[in-house]
Amino acid sequence: MMLAENVVELTIASQLEFIDLVTALTDNITQMVGFDEEASYWINMAVRESVANAIEHGNKYDSQKAVDIRFTVGVDALRVTVRDYGEGFDPGALPDPLDPDNILNPAGRGILYMRTFMDSVEYTRHPESGMVVSMTKRRMPKQTDEGDSRQDAVRN
Amino acid sequence: MQLEIRERTVGDVVILELHGRITIGEGSVQLRDAVSNLLNAGRNRIVLLLEGVTYVDSSGIGELVSRYTTTKNMGGQLKLLRLPKKIKDLLMITKLLTVFEIYEDEETALASFK
Repeated sequence: MMLAENVVELTIASQLEFIDLVTALTDNITQMVGFDEEASYWINMAVRESVANAIEHGNKYDSQKAVDIRFTVGVDALRVTVRDYGEGFDPGALPDPLDPDNILNPAGRGILYMRTFMDSVEYTRHPESGMVVSMTKRRMPKQTDEGDSRQDAVRN
Repeated sequence: MQLEIRERTVGDVVILELHGRITIGEGSVQLRDAVSNLLNAGRNRIVLLLEGVTYVDSSGIGELVSRYTTTKNMGGQLKLLRLPKKIKDLLMITKLLTVFEIYEDEETALASFK
């Protein structure tokens, strides 16, 4: 397969100990791209959450199933896609962690954090198997849309 | 560095000093075990000192919530002391800041149990 110069791909087995490997690479890429420390921290966390979800909920800890991570460094944005090889799920059917009935649930906050820290997060079913989450973080964020408003709230 | 937990007691309150990361896997499990051991020994007035925590993910936040509800359900209290800003941010995003009792100084945290 031929890759463009601005693409970095990594495939790991579904084992939690590999998450640190992915986030270390994430830190290197965000530094290379020039994100500030704060943005880099939260991108790291969004990637951590997405890979953890792929291992836990997608591949259900089956170490024979891979998780594919792809970083695409664009002129305007960093795009990260994470694919698992599980049975897939309907992201719209997940419980809202901010619903008062769910506030004290021990799990279910990862995707909310991803949506808060990235400018866009989209889940799609892979045509063959599994889910693909695509996350984008703009390199020069605008101050007007919802994603940035949420992140401004975090910073203040 | 994964999670290191040091325990000390002031009166009938146990302070768990957490250092390192509370993340999916080991860190979350260590915290769960440490609090469970206290509860099983009947020590249910607990403060988690968090200033040494360098990283928490959603699993770690979930573990804090889980330890809080378990302690409460067993008639005890679990309070948080000296939260790093990033943990505070994560609690705020998920509307958990008002769920926990959070203190900045140890004396006030200890006095709150009386």
